[in-house]
Amino acid sequence: MTGVLPVALEESTKVVQALLLSGKEYICAMRLHHSMPEEKVETVLNEFQGKIYQRPPVRSSVKRRLRVRTIYYLDFLEMREKHVLFRVGCESGTYIRKLCFDIGEVLGCGAHMQELRRTRAGPFTESEGLVTLYDLLYYVSECQETGNKESLREIIYPMEKALELLPKIFIRDSAVAAVCHGAYVTAPGVLSIETGTKKKDGVVIFTQKGEAVAFARALASSERILNMDHGFVAKTVRVLMDRNVYPKMWSMSSST
Amino acid sequence: MQGINAPWKIKRKLLVKAEEKTDAQYGCRPEERPIKDYVRLGVINLDKTSGPSSHEVTAWVKRILTIAHAGHGGTLGASV
Repeated sequence: MTGVLPVALEESTKVVQALLLSGKEYICAMRLHHSMPEEKVETVLNEFQGKIYQRPPVRSSVKRRLRVRTIYYLDFLEMREKHVLFRVGCESGTYIRKLCFDIGEVLGCGAHMQELRRTRAGPFTESEGLVTLYDLLYYVSECQETGNKESLREIIYPMEKALELLPKIFIRDSAVAAVCHGAYVTAPGVLSIETGTKKKDGVVIFTQKGEAVAFARALASSERILNMDHGFVAKTVRVLMDRNVYPKMWSMSSST
Repeated sequence: MQGINAPWKIKRKLLVKAEEKTDAQYGCRPEERPIKDYVRLGVINLDKTSGPSSHEVTAWVKRILTIAHAGHGGTLGASV
């Protein structure tokens, strides 16, 4: 299986938790065990859109109990004899090998996954900045020759890229250090917030310069937060930024 | 059954609560980080080849860049 595999470096490994839970898109080649009319295959593929039940395959790294997974879209691309090509957008934790098997069961002819290429993992896509291990090796050896590492910027994204699809809360400079030390995000510290956040949703706290500060859990909806003038807005879950980037602004008690 | 939007098809708008100037003295835009920090806080959109496991590929990235930590987002099986 080939395709998009985001790799987080050093400190940014903290953001993989967001990528693990993000949706994926694949191009899949499936082989039917008997010939089937094209219209029938298309109809059955359509039926697999929406919420499906799936029991993880025998060879899997999770408990094998029936789970519900969402198939966002499943587009038939082409078909030649027993080979079917489709594109699928799905929730994380969907097994495509199992999806092919189940499609085969519904068709009645049986089927299995022949080849798979991931074309998207969360915000990372096949069409934007995808590099192979060979590319990476080329850039690194070039850097070693010239002694200038600047060209690495062409193949590495800032970790903020990995957080692109999550709802964001932007905060004041003066609130950054406190959140870096694990404090709750408070209403006066909030400058702006993206729509579509509900209570208990995971959000990402950002500075005005677009730097990720922390993962947090919203304590109210985006619309409520907009109208709050005091109190906690989000609970910091995981700090992403170094603690010493912004100055501490909170008052310390005078007694030592 | 249809109509469940993929996360990458959801459009979000920004609701502004207050405005303030940011102090250029502290922090910087992610793209402008010094190269050392840029790599330390970086992610590579890697095209995995078939054969090695996601874990092995990650280990190679670590070796090529001579860094101590790297982690991948979402396992892609080895075979085929």
